[in-house]
Amino acid sequence: MIVRFNCNGSDVQVDTPPMARLLDVLREDLRLVGSKEGCGEGECGACTVRIDGAPVMSCLVPVAQVDGCRVQTIEGLGSPATHAVQTAMLMFGGAQCGICTPGICMSAAALLEENPHPTAEAVRVALAGNLCRCTGYQKVVDAVCGALAGGAS
Amino acid sequence: MLRCEAEVFRPRTLNDALQMRADMPDATVLAGGTDVMVYLEAGVLKPTRILDLWGCQGLRGLGFADGSQVYGAGLTCTDVLQSVQAHPLLRDAAATVGAVQIQNRATLGGNICNGSPAGDTLPVWLALNAEFELASVRGFRRVPAATFWRGYKQMDLQPDELLVSIHVPAVTGNSHFRKVGTRMAQAISKVIFAGRSVAGREARLAFGAVGPTPMRCAAAEEALVAGAPVDEVVRLLEEEIVPIDDVRSTALYRRKVAGRIVRRWLESLPRG
Ligand SMILES: Cc1cc2nc3c(=O)[nH]c(=O)nc-3n(C[C@H](O)[C@H](O)[C@H](O)COP(=O)(O)OP(=O)(O)OC[C@H]3O[C@@H](n4cnc5c(N)ncnc54)[C@H](O)[C@@H]3O)c2cc1C
Repeated sequence: MIVRFNCNGSDVQVDTPPMARLLDVLREDLRLVGSKEGCGEGECGACTVRIDGAPVMSCLVPVAQVDGCRVQTIEGLGSPATHAVQTAMLMFGGAQCGICTPGICMSAAALLEENPHPTAEAVRVALAGNLCRCTGYQKVVDAVCGALAGGAS
Repeated sequence: MLRCEAEVFRPRTLNDALQMRADMPDATVLAGGTDVMVYLEAGVLKPTRILDLWGCQGLRGLGFADGSQVYGAGLTCTDVLQSVQAHPLLRDAAATVGAVQIQNRATLGGNICNGSPAGDTLPVWLALNAEFELASVRGFRRVPAATFWRGYKQMDLQPDELLVSIHVPAVTGNSHFRKVGTRMAQAISKVIFAGRSVAGREARLAFGAVGPTPMRCAAAEEALVAGAPVDEVVRLLEEEIVPIDDVRSTALYRRKVAGRIVRRWLESLPRG
């Protein structure tokens, strides 16, 4: 099947089995390897990308379902300029091994668009589907709360 | 890497979807994919044809008809959370499904038709006296939530049928939802409760994950309507539920927690 969608601002088309996972199409066909595979069953959030603005687990989305949609990955979030949440993650030490970081940035960016000044509780709810085994989350939460609050620019 | 060579059919209208369903009763129905994709990746499902309802129009509305609220089967948990009209019990349940990324894809129809006894929205439909509207090329029929789940993942759903909507009559009373899992998000429930009570007139005590299907506790409901003491209502429901020991919890824990959820709720209600 030829699937056409907008990826990080550019129109792309891929010839792919329709049930291929969006994650694999991004990584293998489009060589966008920022989205990571953690669990492959929707639990960990490392593969989080946004479809028409909404964060989703790209390991659970068959690519046929993004035909005609707008997909944003971490590569698109950081371009042309680094996103405030990425800057804040650096400043607050919100990343260690980095596997979960792209997914966290995608979830956090979606939250900040809806709610530019989230409480720590709101950040924890928004990031509940992004598991991190290094940081203990506190620095991540601090980073997201601080991203637009003047802590990073 | 998921290797699934199934052919995918993507109807745009309900009529097309029903025709395809009739022509291909063997096809796997796909909505948000949050259950189906997991089954495909685990290899427990090996379909050759898939009927994808995600882009099908007319399944994602929330409105009123004949005094009932009508929820489209294709509404996602996020749609429910963003709607001011959605019943508070359903909103509470939708907020506990997975996490944001799951809620953005998980549909009401998928939760109902996956039919897991641990589906978080399912006791809500029992508490709200909901009816499910099933459609096929043969026509439409309504099935009460109370009789839809017949056994473990056994539904009153024919191979040529699709769930199109959920009808919720105008119900009143105090209501309460509670999910108990290992953590708030991304956890399959150990116990789910949805209750509604109109003092002296109607009671609904509905549970999930304490039996092979979502279930109501009829004897405890009757006792509650008749004004029995909380101790008695709790004793009856602890007898009626049929929890098991499994990887997520034990029967004993589930029974105790089920009773305690109801006790706390009933004790918090105004007397009368
Ligand atoms: C990480 C993770 C966490 C989860 N957490 C929860 C949770 O906390 N609580 C919970 O209840 N569930 C949870 N789930 C399960 C799942 O998200 C829900 O059951 C969801 O509602 C399924 O909806 P869907 O649209 O994704 O269904 P799909 O996967 O597309 O379909 C599910 C089933 O329903 C059938 N179906 C779908 N729509 C129709 C229709 N209109 N007519 C007939 N048949 C249909 C499909 O054929 C399939 O058998 C979780 C899943 C994952 C991966």
